[in-house]
Amino acid sequence: MSRGDLRSRVGAALLLLFVLVAVAGPWLVADPVALVAKPLEPPSAEHWLGTTGQGQDVLAQTVVGARSTLLVGVVVGILVVALGAAIGATAGFLGGVADLVLGLVINVSLVMPGLPLMVILAAWLPPGPVTMALVLIFTGWPWHARVVRAQVLALRNRDFVAAAVVRGEPTWRVVAVEILPNLASLLGSSAVGATLYAIGAQVGLEFLGLGDLASVSWGTNLYWATNDSALLVGAWWTFVPTGVCLALVGFGLALLGFALDERANPRLAVSSSGAPGPTPVERTDG
Amino acid sequence: MNLVRRLSLYLLAAWVALTLNFILPRAMPGDPAQALYARFQGRLDPEALGALRLTLGISDAPMFEQYMSYLGQLARGELGTSLVYFPAPVGEVIGVGLGWTLFLAGGALIVAFALGSGLGAWAAWRRGGWTDTLLPPLLSFLGAFPYFWLAMAAAWFFGVQLGWFPVRHAYGPEVTPGWNLDFAASAVRHALLPGATMVVASLGGWMLTMRNTMVGVLGDEPVRFGLARGLSPRRLFVDYALRLALLPSLTSFGMALGFVLSGALLTEMVFGYPGQGMLLLQAVRGQDYPLLQGLFLTITLAVLGANAVVDVLVVALDPRARS
Repeated sequence: MSRGDLRSRVGAALLLLFVLVAVAGPWLVADPVALVAKPLEPPSAEHWLGTTGQGQDVLAQTVVGARSTLLVGVVVGILVVALGAAIGATAGFLGGVADLVLGLVINVSLVMPGLPLMVILAAWLPPGPVTMALVLIFTGWPWHARVVRAQVLALRNRDFVAAAVVRGEPTWRVVAVEILPNLASLLGSSAVGATLYAIGAQVGLEFLGLGDLASVSWGTNLYWATNDSALLVGAWWTFVPTGVCLALVGFGLALLGFALDERANPRLAVSSSGAPGPTPVERTDG
Repeated sequence: MNLVRRLSLYLLAAWVALTLNFILPRAMPGDPAQALYARFQGRLDPEALGALRLTLGISDAPMFEQYMSYLGQLARGELGTSLVYFPAPVGEVIGVGLGWTLFLAGGALIVAFALGSGLGAWAAWRRGGWTDTLLPPLLSFLGAFPYFWLAMAAAWFFGVQLGWFPVRHAYGPEVTPGWNLDFAASAVRHALLPGATMVVASLGGWMLTMRNTMVGVLGDEPVRFGLARGLSPRRLFVDYALRLALLPSLTSFGMALGFVLSGALLTEMVFGYPGQGMLLLQAVRGQDYPLLQGLFLTITLAVLGANAVVDVLVVALDPRARS
């Protein structure tokens, strides 16, 4: 088994575990918002991970939080890439004025710092999962648009594309059927990266208090952990479980992303031959 | 890319940010601006209420006129009145916070860049050594934690459990702010722990960037030529390879600035560090929209400006970028 295989397997196993927790977990644990014990009790046989500053069960909150955090992460991750690919492919394939205008929009959006933009948008829009998703999509798409645009530009002049154009296929069909399937592995690894971004940014915004504070998610768990000053009294169990879960999901996604990257760009796999791989600077705020 | 084109891109982005800041309060459904105005009507004096009206765009004047007076206000540096820090003007509140953020995040950024690039270069030079095999996975595992979570863990462990570092604010209550040694020492002591968490969280990225470029550069002509000439490895490493490999890292330095600053904002919140991040938190929790808008503008413009400076710097250092 090659190194790439091992990495993608570990990554996939980690992610599968958390998807299972997100899907089935909430039925197996107690009500996460019920006040079940005294505030800030350390882990015990009764409450395996202790209680929060309000006396809720930390284990239940961590398990239930996985559902909304991962759901928003995956949905936003896919939509971010879809939007980016649509805009990038349009710009790259049409060329001319459309490319000029869209290219400018992409580049301007790329140099805008993400977090302040997300904060100001989330602050003015009514709080909720839809706002959260919209904000994350609005700030996340430009990087993917740029990557896809470059790829489409390279593919546009290939013979099989010219043949489809000559056959009289409509433009959308040429892009969707002839060009985009060639980018499948690139889009796949982009979606993994975008999911990672969506989870990180969402947790950051919720930590700031810009999410729906009445719901239970990993971001709001951390928000309450600092708000109830659990930190200052040494109640590590209020923030360590959520953070470890976040890191494991992030690590799993990163491993899977590496493996998909290598499939999309085989040159990266032979890192010991001295090929200077590109240095992607993802905008993963938070 | 052409320098003029890049710089005009930053200008355009700055204008988009200014305009977005104008449009958002005016275009929101349900008019939160009106609600906020109503909420503060009993609590603010008429003059401050007038300023609030202006910032939030509650006006019957035509849009274009409003836009022009908005731009005029910005040109004079007037950002309205803060509600949380009433009656201090937003500009003043942000000015104080900006100093602390530059001190903390700027310091952490430089340390992380220097240390990460150094380690990356070393890992590429000694490929297969322990810096090359052990450090990258460890750092990317640490990098998988959110910035602010690492800050929470560090504050709890080193601050509360071990008591090695202070965990709140930027200086102790026993010193008086000013140019004296006690104050400086206290400020540095308070910045160490939040700064260290930022360095740890971002080190992996710098190291990987530098390592990958360096691996490529080491196979390049100039370095092989130097090797053939029999230069000492030290000379080869510092004068040939490091200089060539540093340029791509410098470019991503500019790009990573926004990312690092965002991380710094969240870290500040954990430590109650009185910089931009703490202000942002207070503005969100206190629904202080004028302060929020001012912060959005200053942070965005600062990042754009810094990117522009880095781009100019790269052109100055690399003759190849001038064509």
